[in-house]
Amino acid sequence: MLRHVVAIAGKDLRVEWRSRTSLLSAVVFAALTLLVFNFARDPTAVATVDLAPSVLWVTVAFASVVAMNRAFTVERENNAFDGLLLAPVSREMIFLGKYLASLVFVLGVEAIALPLFILFFNLDLSRALGPLVLTLLLATTGFVAVGTLFSAIVARTRFAELMLPVLLLPFMVPPLIYAVKVTVPLFAGRPLSEVMPGLTFLLVYDVVFLTLTLLLFPAVVDE
Amino acid sequence: MRSADTPLVEARGLSRRYGAVRALAGVDLVLNRGEVLLVLGPNGAGKSTLLRSLAGLLRPTAGTVLIDGRPLTRDDADARRPIGLLSHQSLLYDELTVLENLMLAATLYGFADPRERALAALRAQQLEHRADDRPRSLSRGMLQRAAIARALLHDPSLLLLDEPFTGLDAIAADRLRELLLAERTGTRGMVIVTHQASEAWELATRVAVLKNGQWAYQEPRPASLDAFQHAYQQLART
Repeated sequence: MLRHVVAIAGKDLRVEWRSRTSLLSAVVFAALTLLVFNFARDPTAVATVDLAPSVLWVTVAFASVVAMNRAFTVERENNAFDGLLLAPVSREMIFLGKYLASLVFVLGVEAIALPLFILFFNLDLSRALGPLVLTLLLATTGFVAVGTLFSAIVARTRFAELMLPVLLLPFMVPPLIYAVKVTVPLFAGRPLSEVMPGLTFLLVYDVVFLTLTLLLFPAVVDE
Repeated sequence: MRSADTPLVEARGLSRRYGAVRALAGVDLVLNRGEVLLVLGPNGAGKSTLLRSLAGLLRPTAGTVLIDGRPLTRDDADARRPIGLLSHQSLLYDELTVLENLMLAATLYGFADPRERALAALRAQQLEHRADDRPRSLSRGMLQRAAIARALLHDPSLLLLDEPFTGLDAIAADRLRELLLAERTGTRGMVIVTHQASEAWELATRVAVLKNGQWAYQEPRPASLDAFQHAYQQLART
């Protein structure tokens, strides 16, 4: 079973690596957002540590939507998805493979965006970097699950690229709010104990939505 | 439970609605090993809906499909193992090479050595020399052979063909017919959906006409294609 998940995820990542269209779009989008915020901000009006968390999560949220659009559009070419659905592999394993690829992909975009963010905002995150990476991991794990499911739903529509943000963004709001709530004290150098409720919420969101999306996926791909 | 006389395919009361449109209306079908059923019908008759229902890609509104005596349900992944599908679309990813596409399929079908299985499937279609090429760089005829390699990779006992001759020139269509004749064995059954009876006439052991989601005709293949064509035209018009 794990072999199937890895094969499907590996296929998606290989396809993306060869075309690089979504990766480039997401990275360029993230870099441009950070650049615009960097030049638009007035450090004398709002302190960097107050503004930076919002900028980071706005960038992550929209770059992720750009990245997740690709999850099922690749399956439309030559009806390739029929090949996956025909195989003696459970729909849940297909979902996990697609989810794993999207997760690696979005985390990859974040891995490029984070150093740019630190550079543009000239932040010293030596103490907060570990918890920040953990927050990114927890928040991304949940909304990528929802994004993968919605990507499967909208892939059959004519306006998939437009529909995905409309459906996905409302579901991204709760983890984004808590991610910002966690990031603000982290940047202010507050102790880790202060952010534990926020991290716990993100963990619960992950468990709930990963389970729900896994259960709903077979019905979603059924014609 | 499977016994010696268990049909390869047994569909009972297959119905499918798309909103108010009735694509299939209580279709029954029994197909045994060694049989090749040619399904004809005008556009919108329900041919592709029938084929996708038999493949487990489409959930019927009502009715059941048994493959080798085993109900074809969403949750039973292994029930899909005996099925191979060939359509006018290749089911191949353009960004992967032909070999990578087949290796992915071999992995999903659980072969211990996916590379060797994929190469064997390409060898059988005389496509080994194009293994490292992308599908989009192949001619239409070669692409169809790559799709056949993918469809036959796991040696399916049921081969479903959806308009397999679409877009092929005369030479490629002849070659496909030869390939399918070679694959017509006593242990395999085929269902071929097409617009043109002449395309797959010599492959068929049985001919059926679907109209408005129901069988309008189903008989062993008549001796004369011309006589059947005449009857079919009248059937399609009424």
